[in-house]
Amino acid sequence: MTERTRIPLHRDPKVRAILVQVLAAVVVGYGFYSLFQTTVDNLVARGIQTGTSFFDEVAPFQIGFTPFFDYTLGESKYIDVFFVGIQNTILVAVLGIIAATLLGFFIGVIRLSPNWLVSRGALVYIEVFRNVPLLLQIMFWNFAIFLPTLPAPKNSIAMGAFYLNARGFHTPLPVIENTTGVAIWIALLTVLGIGLLMFARRAKVRFEETGQRLPVLWISLAVLIIGGYIFYLVSGSPLSFDEPVLGRFNFKGGGQLPLPLFSLWFALTLYTSAFIAENVRAGIQSVSHGQTEAAYALGLSRKNTVNLVTIPQALRVIIPPTISQYLNLTKNSSLAVAVGYEELVAVWAGITLNQTGQALVIIGMTVAVYECLSLLTSFVLNWYNKRIQLTER
Amino acid sequence: MSEVKIFVPAPDRLPPSNTLGPIAWVRENLFGSIISSIATLLFFYLFFSYVPPFLEWALIKANWTGTDRSVCEANTAGACWTFINVRLEQILFGLYFASKPEELWRPTLIFVLFFALLLPLLFERTPGKKWLSIILLGVFPVVFYFIVYGGSFGIPQSNTTQWGGFLLTFALAFVGILLALPIGILLALGRRSEMPVIRSICVIYIEFWRGTPLITILFMASVMLPLFFPAGVEFDKVVRAMIGITMFQSAYTAEAVRGGLAAIPKGQAEAAMALGLGYWRRTVFITLPQALKISIPSIVNTFIALFKDTSLVSIIGLLDLLNMAQTAARSVEWKGYDIEGYLFAGFIYWAFCYGMSRYSQNLEQKLDTDRRN
Repeated sequence: MTERTRIPLHRDPKVRAILVQVLAAVVVGYGFYSLFQTTVDNLVARGIQTGTSFFDEVAPFQIGFTPFFDYTLGESKYIDVFFVGIQNTILVAVLGIIAATLLGFFIGVIRLSPNWLVSRGALVYIEVFRNVPLLLQIMFWNFAIFLPTLPAPKNSIAMGAFYLNARGFHTPLPVIENTTGVAIWIALLTVLGIGLLMFARRAKVRFEETGQRLPVLWISLAVLIIGGYIFYLVSGSPLSFDEPVLGRFNFKGGGQLPLPLFSLWFALTLYTSAFIAENVRAGIQSVSHGQTEAAYALGLSRKNTVNLVTIPQALRVIIPPTISQYLNLTKNSSLAVAVGYEELVAVWAGITLNQTGQALVIIGMTVAVYECLSLLTSFVLNWYNKRIQLTER
Repeated sequence: MSEVKIFVPAPDRLPPSNTLGPIAWVRENLFGSIISSIATLLFFYLFFSYVPPFLEWALIKANWTGTDRSVCEANTAGACWTFINVRLEQILFGLYFASKPEELWRPTLIFVLFFALLLPLLFERTPGKKWLSIILLGVFPVVFYFIVYGGSFGIPQSNTTQWGGFLLTFALAFVGILLALPIGILLALGRRSEMPVIRSICVIYIEFWRGTPLITILFMASVMLPLFFPAGVEFDKVVRAMIGITMFQSAYTAEAVRGGLAAIPKGQAEAAMALGLGYWRRTVFITLPQALKISIPSIVNTFIALFKDTSLVSIIGLLDLLNMAQTAARSVEWKGYDIEGYLFAGFIYWAFCYGMSRYSQNLEQKLDTDRRN
């Protein structure tokens, strides 16, 4: 009987693993601790008391653009600045995401067009806009193109009730005249929506039983628009439109997108759409030719092949990187600092930080906002990936 | 005897002109359907209403010569490249070297050296690629430091606060990729480690830097970095930006390398284990070399993103290529020539990024076929 040779403790992988991990935890923990301690010491040495007490102090600067949030100089507090910043970040991100998705899908599809000129044109678009730094593009549009060439408010470019000038983009804004009317209208619209959902379900059942197809989308759209308008009249036209009117120096009333927001949105859209277009192209090309041929062999029409075979498979490849692009767009909106649009980094990590010197708290909160958005994005991505995995066989 | 008639076939008729040749190509590719024809016409309309006027402005009627703005003011129909011409040294090498003509050889030599080392690396059949890359990544930065920063060998020390232009952009990007590569590799290995503590440290590090916009990181580096160190430790602005960029870039490099590591079949590591190799020898000799080879395209892609992102340092007040071009275009002598400044800077960025992306696409295709064989 041989005796089992004992491994010396320092050669045992399990013991070593634990030792290494404890060591790593201690080093990292101590690093953070000393970093924190030095920072607090430094702040104290500079006479800055770290904490959140400055939230309630009145912010001594004006913010020009606060669409959903009342901000008054002399009354609003620093913490309001934080929320105004978040709100402006979200606003430009949402506007950018909508426009970049539409433009990106369009460019990505025409990139695969059988027309040589059109596909080359799309290629040039993609290669130009994704290979030039976004910051340069934002500054170019704002300082070199829009500011010098757009007219003064007096000579605004008018498109119906929309006006574009060197101060920004002015739009009419709906104003609620009659609250109960709006409530009735929304209630009626909800009923209409539920009805349409039931109709869509019936149509699906009918299709599965008889193979007859109804143009659900077009019928729903028509009903929604016509019905919505009729209900609007029925509930007593509860909205009015506040149109921008030219005052002595600038437009008054209506909604205003200031020029920095407009330039930022414009540049973000062009830049991100180039990346989305590449995703769309890659996604469509990833569906193998055999799939299309098999669909034709089964007798599916061209339209059905595209709608039922190509697009569903392409979307699986397109959507995950596109969601990452949405996150990038949101993070990139922080470049607004360069043109003076008042989003989170500009007003909070910029102006407020300069005014209060509370670097630790302010940068921490700014980073936390972006980390939350990033976590949210990865949750959505994981959820989506899991969902499409289930449908796979 | 009657003459023998030999059958001579008539010469082949050419295929109908609508299936071959340029006309057929045009029919198929430009006027294939009604929509396609409309698109072609629309394309021509847009092309001819924008491109010739632009070319006329940018090239034909442009001002190239002269030393001050009077030339450009005399001819406003064309672009003012005179401005770029006069300020070229500033835009490329920054204020310090532009103000000292006798020192201009330093950045020039550095760029010549860099391209002399880089170009042979791009071709497949260059012998001794390994040594070239070692020189580029190991020796070149040292040479860069001694020549551009100076302060020894009788070379006067340059002032980093006056570094700028393309030289600064280049320095930031190069330092970023150089330092981020080893850190990124370690992080990627850590993220795939079986030890939960190591793994979570790496995951938190990577996700933290990836979730934050670079501009916030640069703010952090320029405002908070001095707070993190005991009083008396001072970094200059350029070094602070370099630290921020390295942190940021290492997280992205780690993800690129992790992709490569994940693509290596498990059998490789298992075979190495069976041969009795420990973790480090297994990693350094077996898995990592293969993983790095696969991940080169994605590393190049993160590098392209970094190269573009270096322009953000202009927000924290460094005079990089973008900021230098802008500052020059806002100077008293050249006020109002923003478009030329942005276009020139944009063209330099574009040329580098486009070149790198083509290179990475080529590499990707090559690596792809390798695996299928």
